Amino acid sequence: MGSNEDIELLKDGKRQDGRDFDELRDINIEAGVLKRADGSAYIEWGQNKIMAAVYGPREMHPRHAQETTKAVVRARYNMAAFSVPDRKRPGPDRRSVEIGKLVSEALEKVVFTERYPRSVVDVFIEVLQASAGTRCGGLTAASVALADAGIPMSDMVASCASGKIEDQVVLDLGKNEDNYGQADVPVGYIPRTDEICLLQMDGNLTIEEYEEAMDLSIEACKEIYEKQRQALRDKYSTELNEDEIEELKKEVK
Amino acid sequence: MKEILSNITKDYLYRLIKEGKRIDGRDMNEYRDIQIDPDWTSSAEGSARVRLGDTDVIVGIKMEVGEPFPDTPDKGVLTTSAELIPMASPEYESGPPGEDATELARVVDRGIRESGAVDTTELCIEEGEKAWVIFIDIHVLDFDGNLFDAAGIGAMTALLDADVPASNFDEAEEDEDYPLPIEHIVVPNTFTKIKDEIILDAQLEEEKIADARLTVTFNEEDEIVAMQKGLRGVFKYDDTMDCIERSKELSETMRERIMDEIDRENI
Repeated sequence: MGSNEDIELLKDGKRQDGRDFDELRDINIEAGVLKRADGSAYIEWGQNKIMAAVYGPREMHPRHAQETTKAVVRARYNMAAFSVPDRKRPGPDRRSVEIGKLVSEALEKVVFTERYPRSVVDVFIEVLQASAGTRCGGLTAASVALADAGIPMSDMVASCASGKIEDQVVLDLGKNEDNYGQADVPVGYIPRTDEICLLQMDGNLTIEEYEEAMDLSIEACKEIYEKQRQALRDKYSTELNEDEIEELKKEVK
Repeated sequence: MKEILSNITKDYLYRLIKEGKRIDGRDMNEYRDIQIDPDWTSSAEGSARVRLGDTDVIVGIKMEVGEPFPDTPDKGVLTTSAELIPMASPEYESGPPGEDATELARVVDRGIRESGAVDTTELCIEEGEKAWVIFIDIHVLDFDGNLFDAAGIGAMTALLDADVPASNFDEAEEDEDYPLPIEHIVVPNTFTKIKDEIILDAQLEEEKIADARLTVTFNEEDEIVAMQKGLRGVFKYDDTMDCIERSKELSETMRERIMDEIDRENI
């Protein structure tokens, strides 16, 4: 966490963008946005724009990475060169590799991998415009993309960060809050089983502050989960007229 | 992973082409629906998202202050890169750019560079010492054929959309950023030869049975500024003339399309 005395993150009890301490940025999720991928999702989260795509299950290459009893979930996190203020050199760096690994592990927990021995489910996360919280946005979108691909899953992972700015615990850090705040705690959460599948933290927090942060994140993940479900509903539900409903009723009988 | 087209599909495509028809009902000389969205991302100095049918490409322009090349001490620097990310197709793999990505970047680059589309002399800050470096990054999201035109249109639109971020680099006062100096508007048109037919804007299945490919780039003064022949097949001289004639007309229409999307007068 950086520090800069000149930057005022809280003013009259309000955050720079006017949000309350427990308020998320605007989140919009769309499912099934790419043609070639088996499943995909696009998320706009505040100023973040992130695309996720899923291919598979398909044959695992290289061979030696195959698991004989289950599929491997392999996530790749990548930032477009133009997604950040200073151009990012294309290609994986250590940060991207680490995030890819954590996202893979978080998602593997909800995918029924034992159904597809020796194969791989590839998850690609492309950050097209970055503004703090891209791993959480990416993980959230990737879950929707997996569902869109029809991969059997026990649940979707919802993800959100909380942190601390000017000694105040707040939800969903914005860009300045992330750069100049005191702590950042990204969380991946499985709502159905109430389990945490991704957790990182940097900065400094007391135990009380950690509890407060986790409470905020988990509540927010539940809210995000609803948005994920809604994105899938929007993609796959069809509105029926009365005749069609009657027709269906007959069939059921 | 190499994708395979079934023989049935191949035969069907060949038969259609012979009858002068295409799989999606288009005319031989017709583009798919094209959607151009300039200023798609705020983190780039200029950007555009181009959807050509189901092909989906984002081009972003980033600029920074660097050193001019020793052989052109009075000019800014232009660099084009393309990433064929594995999101875009089951055939793409992660890793450093391969042949296809390199060719794509170089064809787009050539059109822009050789035409003098960007006035790089204006981008020199201090001769031999300091100049603007322009990065054109092509990011392919969904690959359904004809990346060259989608990327070329995207790059040109993104350049037109770009502002030089002078104030960020202490080269100007706040609010004194200025539009990137653009001299010419160039657009590539890519033709694909299948048996004896030459079609415009091949979609994925058509590309898979393509014998040869020709990309022609025109500027607004009806001058050819770049060409690239690709794939293993060949063209007759007359074929190339045919493509050039067609490209001249097509590029004019496309140029108008781009200008319609951009609110900028000073070209």
